[in-house]
Amino acid sequence: MKTAISAHQVAKRFGSVEALAGVDLTVLQGEFFGLLGPNGAGKTTLISALAGLVRVDSGRIEVMGCDVVSDYRNARRQLGVVPQELVFDPFFSVRETLKIQSGYFGIRDNDDWIDEILANLDLTSKANDNMRTLSGGMKRRVLVAQALVHRPPVIVLDEPTAGVDVELRKTLWQFIRRLNSDGHTIVLTTHYLEEAENLCSRIAMLQAGRVVALDTTANLLNRFASHALHLRLGAGAALPPVLAARATEQDGIWSLSFDRFSDIEPVLAQLRAAGCSLEDLEIGKPDLEEVFIRVMQGQQGDMML
Amino acid sequence: MNGFTTLFYKEVLRFWKVATQTVAAPVLTALLYLLIFSHVLESHVRVYGTVSYTAFLVPGLVMMSVLQNAFANTSSSLIQSKVTGNIIFVLLPPISYREFYAAYVLASIVRGLVVGAGVLAATMWFAPLSLNNPLWVLAFAFLGGAILGSLGVVAGIWADKFDQLAAFQNFLIMPLTFLSGVFYSVHSLPPFWQKVSHFNPIFYMIDGFRYGFFGVSDVSPWKSLAIVGSCFVLLFLLTLTMLKRGYKLRA
Repeated sequence: MKTAISAHQVAKRFGSVEALAGVDLTVLQGEFFGLLGPNGAGKTTLISALAGLVRVDSGRIEVMGCDVVSDYRNARRQLGVVPQELVFDPFFSVRETLKIQSGYFGIRDNDDWIDEILANLDLTSKANDNMRTLSGGMKRRVLVAQALVHRPPVIVLDEPTAGVDVELRKTLWQFIRRLNSDGHTIVLTTHYLEEAENLCSRIAMLQAGRVVALDTTANLLNRFASHALHLRLGAGAALPPVLAARATEQDGIWSLSFDRFSDIEPVLAQLRAAGCSLEDLEIGKPDLEEVFIRVMQGQQGDMML
Repeated sequence: MNGFTTLFYKEVLRFWKVATQTVAAPVLTALLYLLIFSHVLESHVRVYGTVSYTAFLVPGLVMMSVLQNAFANTSSSLIQSKVTGNIIFVLLPPISYREFYAAYVLASIVRGLVVGAGVLAATMWFAPLSLNNPLWVLAFAFLGGAILGSLGVVAGIWADKFDQLAAFQNFLIMPLTFLSGVFYSVHSLPPFWQKVSHFNPIFYMIDGFRYGFFGVSDVSPWKSLAIVGSCFVLLFLLTLTMLKRGYKLRA
């Protein structure tokens, strides 16, 4: 697999704040890559450095093999960025905005592709409306469209679904997934961990300008998150003391957690052996939120040392 | 269409879409100046011995409009884009800092020339106007527009808020243009203020521009051209350096 983005020892300071403290990261072509981290972790700084909006103090970044500083023209042609802020130019209509953006990349007569993007983002009926008159969700779609006018092989979305309604989120992800399956590399930052879990094949977690976890989503889930078993006991039944000692009870539901799925079966055997009758049983799957919290807590622990 | 032509086109389209505000309004303002000042002063003042005050005033107002509007175009476009955040639309594409400069400044010259032509068309009926040498007229209009357009880039990038830009405009641009001899010949001033006026680069822009109409001026048009040309080179270098370093645009 070829590299889409490579960041090597990227560092950036804003005054006394160390926004990026030596980030190493490689995103492969065709990946759906997630960049997670709390506010101020350096996600947006990293994306801005990638896009040439921020000049790094040291280290280097390449997009599709093009250095973002020395070969910025080619690097920027390979990259489509959907910014976090809901920005727009109030002087122009949706179509004008997209035609102008195409022109900035040296592309004329881009109407067929613009029409296709508009259709895919449900914007066709708004094409000739002024940007000012659009709702927030519509403006967000135009931002996505603007990032795609030059058909970039690498697309970066900086929290694209912040404050966006469910329907748009669905349309948007459908479209982005399709772009990904067509071969586009997607990098996503989001606060909705569920989204990252569903979409991203690999995830990097950033904290205080450092990469603190980097692995496939499946591995992260297996490594850090626990499986849980939730039990409601039959009338008069009691949990065997061995299990009760490591379980917690809330509203009549006992919960046990396990690091591995395979640890659940022996517990069920113990319950059968003790003749413990069950009214209800539920197996909770690990989720990224738990991974996230564990990684972040682990880091804070390390940092206190 | 490359990045430069598109950005230039977009900057022209931007002011043209609100032409009542960006073209018609300054033309009306200049016309009002002409009506009021010529009403009060026409019978009292004669300039260069032969030129009527109203005729003298017309080129001054035209050039003042060129300068003010060139400055307004770049500075307002940039500060608006910065404050609203849509500046990133021009920072993300592969546009070099030289193309960026050329597109913004050329569009500001276009705005200046369009307004200047409008002012000329509206005011030339009030006095007999000769056109001694159109080349001087064009040279000074173009250079003056480029200087003020560049200054607008500097101000628009430097200012973080609208009131900072307004301060730049009210405390620097306005006094320099009003005290440049738009409304009077500096020869009518006391010697001290004549000297002071000679330190105002805008004085040379107006004076040289006027020479193109009347063939007479307070100083030689060649001297004016040399001074205005040097000012342009200085500002050109300053603005390009700012843009190259990404001052306040790329963190």
